[in-house]
Amino acid sequence: MIASEAVRERVEIPLATENLTPERAAYLDRFVAQARTAAAVFSQFTQDDVDRIVKAIVLAGLEQAQYLARLAVEETKLGVMEDKVIKNMVATEFAYDYVKDKRTVGVIREFPERNLMELAEPIGVIFSMLPITNPTSTVLFKCIMAIKTRNAVIFSPHPKAWRCCSEAVKIMYETALKHGAPEGVFSCLESHTLQDNAYLMRHKDVALIDATGGPNAVKAAYSSGKPALGVGPGNTPVYLEKTADLNTSIVDIIISKTFDNGTICASEQTVVIDDEIYEVALKKFADLGAHVCNEKETRLLERTVIDPQTGFMQPLAIGQKATDIARFIGLSVEPNTKLLIAPIKGVGRDHPLSVEKLFPVLAVYRARSVEEALRVCVDVNHAGGLGHTAVIFSRNDEVIRRFGEVINAGRIIVNSPGAIGALGAVYNDLVPTFSFGCGTGGGNSTTDNVNVYHYLNIKRLARRTQNHMWFRVPNQIYFNMNAVENIRQFRSRCTIVVTNAALERIGHVDTVRRCIVPEAHVHVLVIPDAEPEVKVVMQGVETLNFYKADQIIGLGGGSVIDAAKIMKLKYESPDADLEELAAPFLDLRKRVVQYPTEKVNRARLIAVPTTSGTGSEVTPFAVLTDKERGCKVTLADYSLSPDVAIVDPQFVMSMPKGLTADTGIDCLTHALEAGVSNYASPYTDSNAMQAIRLVFKYLPIAYEQPHDEEARSMMHNAACIAALAFSNASVGVNHALAHAFGARFGVAHGRANALMLPHVLAYNAAVPAKFMPSPYQQGYVAHKKYATVADLLGLGGKTVEEKVHNLIAATENLLDRLEFPRSIAEIGISKEEFQRAVPDLAKIAFDDPSWRSNPRMPLMSEIVELFWKAYEGRGIRELAAAGQLRAP
Amino acid sequence: MATTAVELIVDQNRIAPAIQAAGEKLDGTDSSVVLDFSGVSRVDTNAIRALEEFARRAEGKAVKPVLRGVNVDVYKALKLVKLASRFSFASETGDGPSQKKK
Repeated sequence: MIASEAVRERVEIPLATENLTPERAAYLDRFVAQARTAAAVFSQFTQDDVDRIVKAIVLAGLEQAQYLARLAVEETKLGVMEDKVIKNMVATEFAYDYVKDKRTVGVIREFPERNLMELAEPIGVIFSMLPITNPTSTVLFKCIMAIKTRNAVIFSPHPKAWRCCSEAVKIMYETALKHGAPEGVFSCLESHTLQDNAYLMRHKDVALIDATGGPNAVKAAYSSGKPALGVGPGNTPVYLEKTADLNTSIVDIIISKTFDNGTICASEQTVVIDDEIYEVALKKFADLGAHVCNEKETRLLERTVIDPQTGFMQPLAIGQKATDIARFIGLSVEPNTKLLIAPIKGVGRDHPLSVEKLFPVLAVYRARSVEEALRVCVDVNHAGGLGHTAVIFSRNDEVIRRFGEVINAGRIIVNSPGAIGALGAVYNDLVPTFSFGCGTGGGNSTTDNVNVYHYLNIKRLARRTQNHMWFRVPNQIYFNMNAVENIRQFRSRCTIVVTNAALERIGHVDTVRRCIVPEAHVHVLVIPDAEPEVKVVMQGVETLNFYKADQIIGLGGGSVIDAAKIMKLKYESPDADLEELAAPFLDLRKRVVQYPTEKVNRARLIAVPTTSGTGSEVTPFAVLTDKERGCKVTLADYSLSPDVAIVDPQFVMSMPKGLTADTGIDCLTHALEAGVSNYASPYTDSNAMQAIRLVFKYLPIAYEQPHDEEARSMMHNAACIAALAFSNASVGVNHALAHAFGARFGVAHGRANALMLPHVLAYNAAVPAKFMPSPYQQGYVAHKKYATVADLLGLGGKTVEEKVHNLIAATENLLDRLEFPRSIAEIGISKEEFQRAVPDLAKIAFDDPSWRSNPRMPLMSEIVELFWKAYEGRGIRELAAAGQLRAP
Repeated sequence: MATTAVELIVDQNRIAPAIQAAGEKLDGTDSSVVLDFSGVSRVDTNAIRALEEFARRAEGKAVKPVLRGVNVDVYKALKLVKLASRFSFASETGDGPSQKKK
């Protein structure tokens, strides 16, 4: 525990072991072999076994507390016997109180709500260095920790504390053995050298070094290449703030600083006292047996108890009584003096007493303000005590919090003695310890009070979790002929109809207008029939603001409805940053950027689609073109979903043939991709399957007989139903390819999808080169789901492979019937031009978020291959002939 | 040359003596020696020492010793002392360590 043994341990622990004789190495090897066997045997013990032994050794330690304390004082000539008894009792009784009900074997903790379980794995052989200042208490404590965790320990005492340590180890070992512990579980080196320590630290069968010693020992431990628990040096600043309870504070400080003659490294070193209470505080110290030094006496102390060369404390003073130190340096004090108090005016080498002093000499500093006090405490903290311990006495919570924020210490003790407070479990609820982790500030890996959990490898058993899924859709969808009349039920003072010029021209706007409540002021906002630009959206928002609209009707294809969605977003939340909201994400629930929930305006969005494909009337997506930055912005959030969808086929009866085919295949692609998506669920499956069925049945009719009301109606429903599926399950690699290709060559989205679709079906149905991580799915099921689709469509086939083959063939037949070009070459793109484009297309497609839910993770090379298949238009027959349709 | 297989059942209460006895029988075989550990739930330090000595003697005779029915806790203890590689393991029903007997 006593980290500041630097002053006593000036000799660096050597890193090399050349000086070790073969005989000595063999001797040390025997220690390790014995410990290794003990650890192996111990690994079979149950929790009951170890708890029984722990209780026995704790009782043995308690019984021998006084005996061991006396031995320690006699041998080390440090500290106070009575205090060492207390230390030994804390090391046993308090440690036991903490560990007795802790599970350290098998399953040690369970978190059923997280499907997590923690299990203990012993460490094996621990090489443990012991300090001179707390020798026996540290042995007792570490033995308890080791037994509780089924580890074997080789102890290496400080050479000046060997006899007492050895006796403590013997008592614990014999008791443990008597109660069933494995032979060789504890051993203690004798007459050992620094070379021995260095050899053992690097021994292949030593699993952990627990270095409770000076900085050199800790450094050697950390340099050994072995996992190590180290402690750091201390220099505890104390802030005695003006609101503190002075009577309690000063007694606490005296208790702590004189405890075992100040040998605990967490003890108070410099007390920074507020100006207002400075004189009173010093008087109280004096009244309680402290000698407050005058300036001359302080100079004398500085010269004598601090080494002027190194700036560290003098070893001879460590653990000595205040009166002995005074006598030794020629300072006249009362015979009952407990503590020497030295006023200092700063921190650092010019103020020698501002360093750590493991003896009853306490520096005090008079601070004129809270800021000055905190600054000086920070200085003391940085003058050799980073990461260790700090103390504050105050009743001002704000000051206490500020102190905690600015001080770098693993233990910040409030209104209680530093030394005993840091030990834990006496004055507070800190974990009891005799090893203070000091974090990186002290060159350690932890700031914890080292305890049983540091003597264990904790294994986490993580069961697969069933993440919650969702199925979110607009709460009102009206469909079938004349469904638009349902708009009448929505009250409005001012409605803005967002549409395009063509729809206004053919009378669709008037149809809608007739259904808006008569009391509403209606304004028609005509926007270009193209993906909305930022400028267009912002003009729309101005219109909404001007009219203080409470209802927006998006009448048109996907682009118009998308524009209306974004206008609504910016109207309701003007501060929404579209660029930021478009940030990529993998999991909706963990996305970095959240959509605004605070709204300055509110408007209902009613979407009335005039094409049967995008399904934008129910989706949470919107695409925006930012011409200034030359890019597309895709927004995705359920807050974008329209409030009401009107799926009225009267608005699609006049759709041109080409648009009917393009949008129809877009709808089919949505459904097929949602069906095999890694986010697919029974809820999305039911919609995807139904949409696929409707498309195969009604799209050819709607294409060939445009006035067939039933076909138009069912295709309009199919688009919406497919969108319900992909709004929740997302799409896949087909869309990623089509987005990249369509944008580069100006090919309509549905047409681009059609060119890729048969190849993507075959691709997803085959054994993936790389599986996509998919916590929502059980195994790879894409091919089986395609087979289910084939069954639903009555395509025949006996095996999964045959059914997949039939589905691809049926899709190809549908594309033929809709008169789609069947290859990229067929639409007039030369091979050379395409070849030049493919590298970029592949990169863009790979960056497209659409494929993140694809069941198969597309490799770049596979994306290139898929593009070339689409270019050449190789069909199912060729693939089957090449044997490339093998299902998993 | 004729070969003689040796099989011995090891009892939980007399593990080390049983292994020592098996070691003495190594002289009479040039084939396999099988120690049946199905009745052993835990090994102590003496048992590990006896197994180390037994493995050493078997290696001297070029005999590959087999431990049968070793529960996984004992097997892990043998792994920790790096003894497992010096034996072959057979379960009561097949190869590999068996389940611990409660």
